[in-house]
Amino acid sequence: MSRTDGQAGVSRRGFLVTSAAAGGAALVIGFDLAAPGAQSPGPGTAPPNPLSAWVRVARDGSVTLIVAKSEMGQGVYTALPMILAEELDVDWSRVRVEQAPTNAAIYDHGTGGSQSVRTSWLPLRRAGAAARQMLVTAAATQWKVDPKACAVEAGVVRGPGGQTAAYGDLVEAAAALPVPNLETVPLKDPARFRIIGTSKPRLDIPAKVDGSAVFGIDVRVPGMLYAVVARCPTVGGRPARFDASKAKALPGVRHVVEIPAIRAGVFTTGGVAVVAESTWAAIQGREALDITWDHGSHAKESSAGLRAQFAQLIEKGGTVVRDEGGAAAAVAAAAQRVEAEYDVPFQAHAPMEPLNATVHVRADGAEAWVGSQGPQWPQGEIAKIAGVPPEKVVVHNTLLGGGFGRRYHADYVVEAAQVSKVVNAPVQVVWTREDDIRHDFFRPAALHRLAATLDEKGRPAAWVHKMASTSSNALWGEPGKTKLEESEVGGAVDIPYAVPRIRFEYSHAPTGVPVMWWRSVEHSGNAFVIESFIDELAHAAQQDPLEYRRALLAHGVMVKFPADARDGIDTKRLLATLELAAQKAGWGTPLPKGRGRGLACHYSFNSYAAQVAEVSVQDGRVRVHRIVCAVDIGHVVHPDSVKAQVEGAVAYALSAVKGHITFRDGQAEQTNFDGFEVIRLDEMPEVEVHAVPSTVAPTGIGEPGLPPCAPAVANAVFAATGKRLRRMPFAKEDLG
Amino acid sequence: MAAITFTVNGQARTVEVAPDTPLLWVLRDTLGLTGTKFGCGIAQCGACTVHVDGEATRSCITPASAVAGKRIVTIEGLSPDGNHPLQRAWIAEQVPQCGYCHSGLLMTAAELLAKTPKPTDADIDAAIGGHICRCGTYLRVRRAIHRAAGAGAAAGEGGAR
Repeated sequence: MSRTDGQAGVSRRGFLVTSAAAGGAALVIGFDLAAPGAQSPGPGTAPPNPLSAWVRVARDGSVTLIVAKSEMGQGVYTALPMILAEELDVDWSRVRVEQAPTNAAIYDHGTGGSQSVRTSWLPLRRAGAAARQMLVTAAATQWKVDPKACAVEAGVVRGPGGQTAAYGDLVEAAAALPVPNLETVPLKDPARFRIIGTSKPRLDIPAKVDGSAVFGIDVRVPGMLYAVVARCPTVGGRPARFDASKAKALPGVRHVVEIPAIRAGVFTTGGVAVVAESTWAAIQGREALDITWDHGSHAKESSAGLRAQFAQLIEKGGTVVRDEGGAAAAVAAAAQRVEAEYDVPFQAHAPMEPLNATVHVRADGAEAWVGSQGPQWPQGEIAKIAGVPPEKVVVHNTLLGGGFGRRYHADYVVEAAQVSKVVNAPVQVVWTREDDIRHDFFRPAALHRLAATLDEKGRPAAWVHKMASTSSNALWGEPGKTKLEESEVGGAVDIPYAVPRIRFEYSHAPTGVPVMWWRSVEHSGNAFVIESFIDELAHAAQQDPLEYRRALLAHGVMVKFPADARDGIDTKRLLATLELAAQKAGWGTPLPKGRGRGLACHYSFNSYAAQVAEVSVQDGRVRVHRIVCAVDIGHVVHPDSVKAQVEGAVAYALSAVKGHITFRDGQAEQTNFDGFEVIRLDEMPEVEVHAVPSTVAPTGIGEPGLPPCAPAVANAVFAATGKRLRRMPFAKEDLG
Repeated sequence: MAAITFTVNGQARTVEVAPDTPLLWVLRDTLGLTGTKFGCGIAQCGACTVHVDGEATRSCITPASAVAGKRIVTIEGLSPDGNHPLQRAWIAEQVPQCGYCHSGLLMTAAELLAKTPKPTDADIDAAIGGHICRCGTYLRVRRAIHRAAGAGAAAGEGGAR
């Protein structure tokens, strides 16, 4: 975790600007939020992968933090300013947030992988502390006192002789001072935190209850047109020919434009765009198109066929990703073994705000308005279409009506740029829900086959795991640089449990179905498999599932796979998290008749989570009554957001054991919320969240609450009914 | 195209639209009231819910012709100043995450409290059952409705008429 640039000086890492704008002088601190271990930029060069932000203290005492991360409901507009405000000792009510302009040379806008708080924690604290030190020094210099004799409270500096000065009045003097070395600026003792660790009301919420919040779809630009795109319902298909005459005759329809598919880098489907004066006119125009589709080479693909392909691949044997101790031979030779197969289906993201983007391509540049988890990506793609350098493309990142990974992608923005370029006007391309579900980049589907033998104590002696899936890396990986299994096996190949002989094989099944990251990525399926199978082993060994895991985690060793991996699983933290969940849930205490408890624990995205589910089964339907979740995410910045994120992760996970996406004849069989089923209020369990007390640097919580949920529920169903659920979604016939 | 007249948030409006245009798009694209959201287009998710003559109505499947002469209230008109007891409760309970579906949730909740001032959990589940929130804010929605009911939301069924 050590920096490679220990001597990095202020002149390189920070800078000052005295603003002469109408608002008057402001202390502006720029600082690089480079990831730990990142290479230091040379003087005058843009950092290679920096996450940056600015503190702006204005004369009126208000403090603005420019956030380069995207707000999609996870509370980043509140948590990041809190970290900064803590060290700055500013009046929280004077803190404002601004979305950073999209500039990949300065910022890492990418919002995903539960990383925003983790990667911003130290840099934001340092920036706040540096700004505080400068303001205090300015006051002390004026008063001719030792800065160490000054104190700060809520943005007011107090001198030893009772002098006081508000931050706003110190701005000009502070701005003339050198920026302290951000590597060495003293930080607060966490015991003195007053803002971090409290649940400050989220700054983005008031606008979300009166209709004033602006999501991408709410953007209105003078002269804009609205468009929808007719895409071939078959994956990989395209329009062979079309007749637009009826569409063009409709009132409000202005243009019909064919846009080509772009495969490299963005994988748009291409199609026929209907451009109109309103969204509805565009939708009506699309209905009126007469298109003959070329269904392409994937028109026979189906979920059933894919599963058969998975099974064949597993039978044939895949890439050996891990092989220790001769596990295969040990399992083959054993008289008794536990074997199981688990199915993980495609899942759609389906954020509530359907995908959309508004783009205006002009001769000399372009402007875009979009809710994006990584606006630098569409910025680059728009630039290619517009034929201008990326810096000529202004991307306004709006609030996101849900992301879940889907809005990391650039495809939906690229289409709007393609259409705008042709019609020479700002165009908002809106995806209907059918477009969204049919043409998602789905969570990969997978089949897992596991076999294990138990030793005389009932513990796993040998473990063989064979996995086949539709690898995200087949689409997104860099050929020759990334391996197909790398995007698929996290949380499955690196199990935290003590198993002396272990083998893991992976096979990729080629498919035309587009796949990518879905909340918690491969952990959502892999935790289901591993935590279910461990439960099966516990029952095979006739041991309590908690005791069983305890014994297998007692080794207390850091688990890393591969051995030189940057991050590893601290099994002590995982065990402590599991113990907390079990204790809070009353593991082992009596339950009403018909109810069962199940547990699961899982490490993902540098965080630890464990859940105990309490369920019953009525009329072949799983009813989840209660989820008790414990997390270890280090120092908790905003407790209520942690709770909210776990509630959300539970809802998302329970939706993924209720509904799924299946393919037939190369087409998704579900197209809207009538077929793609998600949970509603009456299916939402009570959720309790407990954090392991910790003062180590925080990690994220956007995703880690999701992976343990499905296996905890499946294990609880087994406890309640003796039925083992090995397929997602949970089906009535598996409960009968 | 036809001229259709109705009131929105207390103001008389006349729009020139195809009569089968869903009210949702009239509000969003013709009148610029973007607080009402498009979610599914088939009345499955509730994001587009508005009040038509006091009834919570899915604007995505309601043709403009059907609201001629009626009183429409959207999220922008739920209260003049964002002070409807439900809006206050939504903030107090920190309900929204991404926030996209909450215009519709609030409008349905407002109708519920107007008709059932002290709803039970079952009343709330039934009323809100037609809504989808992918962020999973459901528990807070229920809590906020109870909170608003305790604060007497029924007294003010919603602002401008």
